[in-house]
Amino acid sequence: MSVARTLTFTSKRLTAAPFIRARAINLRTYATADVKKPVAKFLGQKNANGNYTVTFIEGDGIGPEISRSVKQIFAAAKAPIEWETADVTPILKDGKTTIPEEAIKSIKKNYVALKGPLATPIGKGHVSLNLTLRRTFNLFANVRPCRSVPGYKTPYDDVDTVLIRENTEGEYSGIEHEVVDGVVQSIKLITKKASERVLRFGFQYAQSINKKHIRVVHKATIMKMSDGLFVSIARDVAKDFPDVKFDTELLDNTCLKMVTDPKMYSDIVLVMPNLYGDIVSDMCAGLIGGLGLTPSANIGDECSIFEAVHGSAPDIAGQDKANPTALLLSSMMMLQHMGLNEYAEKISKAIMDTLAEGKALTGDLGGKASTTEYTNAIISKLQ
Amino acid sequence: MIIKTLIHATKTAVPRNAVRGARSMATVESDIFKPTKFGGRYVVTLIPGDGIGAEVSESVKTIFKQDLVPVDWEQIDVTGLQTGTVDPEVLFRESVNSLKRNKVGLKGILYTPVERSGHQSWNVALRQELDIYASVVMIKNMPGYQTRHSNVDMCIIRENTEGEYSGLEHQSVPGVVESLKIVTKMKSERIAKFAFSFATANSRKKVTCIHKANIMKLADGLFRRTFHEVSKQYPQLEVNDMIVDNASMQAVSKPQQFDVLVMPNLYGSILSNIGAALVGGPGLIPGANMGREHVVFEPGCRHVGLDIQGRDQANPTAMILSATMMLRHLGLDDHATRISKAVYEVIADGKVRTKDMGGNNSTHDFTNAILHKMETL
Repeated sequence: MSVARTLTFTSKRLTAAPFIRARAINLRTYATADVKKPVAKFLGQKNANGNYTVTFIEGDGIGPEISRSVKQIFAAAKAPIEWETADVTPILKDGKTTIPEEAIKSIKKNYVALKGPLATPIGKGHVSLNLTLRRTFNLFANVRPCRSVPGYKTPYDDVDTVLIRENTEGEYSGIEHEVVDGVVQSIKLITKKASERVLRFGFQYAQSINKKHIRVVHKATIMKMSDGLFVSIARDVAKDFPDVKFDTELLDNTCLKMVTDPKMYSDIVLVMPNLYGDIVSDMCAGLIGGLGLTPSANIGDECSIFEAVHGSAPDIAGQDKANPTALLLSSMMMLQHMGLNEYAEKISKAIMDTLAEGKALTGDLGGKASTTEYTNAIISKLQ
Repeated sequence: MIIKTLIHATKTAVPRNAVRGARSMATVESDIFKPTKFGGRYVVTLIPGDGIGAEVSESVKTIFKQDLVPVDWEQIDVTGLQTGTVDPEVLFRESVNSLKRNKVGLKGILYTPVERSGHQSWNVALRQELDIYASVVMIKNMPGYQTRHSNVDMCIIRENTEGEYSGLEHQSVPGVVESLKIVTKMKSERIAKFAFSFATANSRKKVTCIHKANIMKLADGLFRRTFHEVSKQYPQLEVNDMIVDNASMQAVSKPQQFDVLVMPNLYGSILSNIGAALVGGPGLIPGANMGREHVVFEPGCRHVGLDIQGRDQANPTAMILSATMMLRHLGLDDHATRISKAVYEVIADGKVRTKDMGGNNSTHDFTNAILHKMETL
């Protein structure tokens, strides 16, 4: 990929800097030119029917019901999407958790997938499926927007945050060992390559959603080298995006200010290393009423997977009670990623109007409607 | 109340055989929490800190003076800023020696520059040097001050000396940095014991361990496992554990479910800030750092407040309430009760409030209101 090349060049420049300055400058120019090419661009093509094919991993528990809802709404909106259902029940291959070859092929062919909730397989030795997917497709950025849902009252109104989380390293490196009995070291790994990639994506994403302000959240007062590297790379990348405002903030302040008044973050895209992103994104979800209402996108250079991050709720599975909103909103992010903005806007409006009206809300939002009734209410708004 | 906690906690906090070599058993028994006292007066180290530190410390000093509190301050103006003519290292050493002598301190927050490498945070260095391992942060709604959430009453106990704040980092090759998080059985056990003792001494019902053991299976796994092992000695307490991202989500949606929380260093920083925001901000949250031999009281939500420095805007409540916790620790309960009651009543009256609480009053106005209120008590 073009971006990978950019990265190699810039890092070469760093190591070789003092000796071959002239050449380095050339390389730099070359790299900057490449920057114009977006990271993680959607590569899919329309098929013979004029539609895009999307892999649909319906998931477990309430997965099939909420997936049906998405399909019905997409059909009603005449979105140019054909679904290709894939099964990702994990299998053990050479002692490693992996997903069936067909699913991998399908996602690689379509470049994009939508995913319902998956039950975590019970039993030791299984890496979580989400982690498996992330690794298989090298999904390096996790995008988590949180927007207040009009029909659902929480102590916080007007939340509209966007958070991008580095998804491959940091505290989740998995490098840990017990030095001596009772002393454990866990390594947080920060690399220039992965940091630059997610930051570049962050700036591009900020431009694409027209929130032209990137704020990098860090704890470089304490982790001077690791978070320090992340921040300094951010400063460098920011120079390539002069139209996007850039600043940094200490994690403590972000938590404090976000919970005090989330409105301060309405025009900002937050970018942060893995663990902070994990914690702060769930905290934002808490502000608007939980994971049942928040979409999520996992972005990679090759493919991207859009998903509902809530659980599979086996207790209400098959009872037509589940709330499909999170998966629906994730599918809206997918449409935007595919450049089908008009459909995304049309369907989003129908969803938000239905929620604001409050007549057909599911049980988790304090309503009495079934999944079907809620879906039909949205469909009626589309017409 | 706090005093009881302290004594209880220290008795159980460290397994005997874990005491570091140089310290004899006698020291452990005799020195604990017997601060310097001359002629009926205590000597307490005061480190005002950077930012708003000087202003809020002034407020405490004024109040103590009016209430004739038998405390003499040994003030040391350590700073994390590169301004003074004196080498900051010298002042830092001086403050450590003073605290070692006096055993009790009141401290504001010291600034930590991001830019300068090789300079460790003085705040962290102080905690590690004195081994004040348990940070206690009290998060509770102020009566009469409405925030988005009500009936919040939680206490965050945070391991203060290891974890992500180990300061061990290196660059393997250019562009690849490793940062070490250290978790030890000994320190996990000691903080767990502290949390349970605290809960018991303060009639709390539930202790929750916050971790990320699903990802950091060894490090946080050790912390969580040790917590559950120690919990067996406290069958009267309700015990559970929660993953830190879920805890953060719960904290902003249903904070009432939390009672005492115990966690490694970094998560403590995150949750105490979320907690502070729930009840009205860092200006209202008192706290303490406790060790076997020393206690340093400081605002629980550690913000320097450089942006409002010198403007007479800061809310001194966090510092004053931290100071009253200190008074209880010294056994000066009468003074503690009078001062804290005055603070709570001024806030409940709602006439004099600093900017962070939606008022227009200055730090001095607020302090004066407390002084007036104290005269009526």
